[in-house]
Amino acid sequence: MLCEKSLSLFPRCLLKKNLLDIKTLNKEDINLILERSHYYKHLTKEGRSFAPVLENKTIANLFFEPSTRTRMSFEKAAINLGGKVINFDSSSSSVQKGETLLDTARTVESLGVEALVIRHPLAGAPSQVAGEVGTPVINAGDGCHEHPTQALLDLFTIKDIKGSLDGLKVFIVGDVLHSRVVRSNIWAFLKMGIEITVVGPYTLMPPGLEEMGIKVKPCLDEELRQADIIYLLRMQKERQQGGLFPTIKEYKKFYGITQDSLKNVKAKGIIMHPGPVVPGIEIEDILTRSPQSVIQEQVKNGVFVRMALLELMLSGEVKN
Amino acid sequence: MNLLIKGGTILNPAAGLYQNLDILITKGRIAKLAPYIEDKNAEVIPAGGKIIAPGLIDLHVHLRQPGGEGKETIKTGCAAAAAGGFTSIACMPNTNPVIDNELLVHYLKGVVEKEAVVKVYPIGAITKGSRGEELAEIGLMLQEGIAAVSDDGNPVESSYIMSMAMKYAKTFGLPVVSHCEETSLAKGGAINEGRQSTLLGLKGIPDIAEAVMVARDIMLAEYTGAHVHIAHVSCARSIELIRMGKSRGVKVTAEVTPHHLILTEEDVGDFDTNAKMNPPLRTAEDRKALRKALKDGTIDVIATDHAPHTREEKSVEFDSSPFGVVGLETALSLVLTELVAPGHLSLEKAISSLTMKPAQILGLKTGKIGEGAAADLTVIDLNKEIIIDKEKFYSKGKNTPFDGWKVRGVPFMTIVGGRIVMKEGKVKFKGEE
Repeated sequence: MLCEKSLSLFPRCLLKKNLLDIKTLNKEDINLILERSHYYKHLTKEGRSFAPVLENKTIANLFFEPSTRTRMSFEKAAINLGGKVINFDSSSSSVQKGETLLDTARTVESLGVEALVIRHPLAGAPSQVAGEVGTPVINAGDGCHEHPTQALLDLFTIKDIKGSLDGLKVFIVGDVLHSRVVRSNIWAFLKMGIEITVVGPYTLMPPGLEEMGIKVKPCLDEELRQADIIYLLRMQKERQQGGLFPTIKEYKKFYGITQDSLKNVKAKGIIMHPGPVVPGIEIEDILTRSPQSVIQEQVKNGVFVRMALLELMLSGEVKN
Repeated sequence: MNLLIKGGTILNPAAGLYQNLDILITKGRIAKLAPYIEDKNAEVIPAGGKIIAPGLIDLHVHLRQPGGEGKETIKTGCAAAAAGGFTSIACMPNTNPVIDNELLVHYLKGVVEKEAVVKVYPIGAITKGSRGEELAEIGLMLQEGIAAVSDDGNPVESSYIMSMAMKYAKTFGLPVVSHCEETSLAKGGAINEGRQSTLLGLKGIPDIAEAVMVARDIMLAEYTGAHVHIAHVSCARSIELIRMGKSRGVKVTAEVTPHHLILTEEDVGDFDTNAKMNPPLRTAEDRKALRKALKDGTIDVIATDHAPHTREEKSVEFDSSPFGVVGLETALSLVLTELVAPGHLSLEKAISSLTMKPAQILGLKTGKIGEGAAADLTVIDLNKEIIIDKEKFYSKGKNTPFDGWKVRGVPFMTIVGGRIVMKEGKVKFKGEE
């Protein structure tokens, strides 16, 4: 089978049982996932079918928070590889009757599933579950902590376009303080040798970034010219009442990416966004469909990366 | 036409020395400084025996416009500034409406352009409506030209909002000017809490109402890395905190008013509402500490907190009277007479705290004398004696505790961008050429 043949190219599977964060994921594992993602993208381009490596396996999506792309992307990835998916929606579940996170996880595990994909509004929830259950846990975003599969699909997207990662420069713009995407991506970027500059008002900057070797800039300026990647974050309107910035109007003026500000960007510079994009705030609506925007490409690649991840985690030999 | 100031003694704090030089001004700028200059095309201003200082800068003025035009307008407030030797002033945003968005800053600039004889640097509000709840559009106001942010008169109560304001102001490189007052401690008070408030039966405002907030804001400045400027410091306790903050490397600067440097709570006398201001006049010990702090640099600048009110507003029961005194037209003379002449402060230090230091705090290019610099100059006659007469003020506000005081040393001429806006006490309004 195609799958076995290609797996034999790799001497081993992922070292870890769970994917809870990028912080503790090593570079070799990241490269392995990226290579395998590339393989699946390649198959798709050639119109070839995927080996059903997840046949007879069931993935449980435990989403305690709204999601469009992440949940459906995991679902599509599992289906592509012949797996089955059962979905859990906290609003129509026994959580409403007071069932705790850990009890919910144990219940779903007892149903007989091969992986738990967890999205939760509170930081650390997937780690707590992973400590309690034997089934592999994949963090699909926990509070402001991490969103590891987003970081992996972002790395894959960049590598797919740029050819390599080492030495690239990324400017991350916006609400760093509340972003779980950033907290995964900074690890991903640092591990792969990408230089990071974060841009935003100091009210939206958490402490300690400089100590990690990240440059912090309060304003967008001509330095944007150095960027290979402009990574935009969603500005959440609900933050406006929290005293973090005055108005959307002012935010747009100083941190919104416009056609004008793009004049300062390299011809080969790309614009990324983890989604959901709020039209007209962090980026002019029309620019999301410009040649420099790879936002839809990120979504497409998300499926390949999650296919690779599920395969590597569930179908081969997994060492703890 | 060119101006040629001849025979004066230049006191330029930036260079740290006195020099006898002529000054040639062309096109609004200082074209030449030399021991002897001749220019047949220039209007000559004989300045023998006079001091020529950089134009004075007052970074704490209430111009009251819009909304309080009965108390003062941009036109009258700026005339008062020119009469007092000030070439630049920063005006506080606690007008009605509060200056908390770019349109209002734009409006101010428009009126200034038309009517102001001195340079005006608007200060924007920290929070919308100075209500202490949500940040104002500080970035957009900066694009319209604000020099700092402040909720003067309405101190930001929430430590969280103040810390966010500092982080946000730092984002745009602006200082936060803090009116330090813990309102729950100060509420209902009219004068300093002490012997005088006891005797007069007025509710007191304790010095800790100020000091507690000074401590908070210095700690927040240290935490955020922002520049906080403490407005109108009035007591010894605040000074100790500022001194400590500076020694820890916190970006903290401070100002003191002439009235706090000269008067004490005793000067409230028999319920004189012209001695009612916030923060209130304190004790002789506090005054001594303020003078020392200005001398040793703990306090950086002298600012007037010029706060005009109408006669009607001040002619009511002491408790009902608004806080505030005018200061633009008396500041220089009072500093020279009450601080420099008795030896509490050197002339150099006095001038530097009225020119170079406030310019540094607001990031202005003025405040020094040099070739190529804008010709903002104040010519001072150190020997002239006058009696302060509030009825002669250009300010609409006559609320001064110094009416009838004899002073020695007055501004002789005020030059703004090469234009003589005041000569021997007479202001030349725009259009009067």
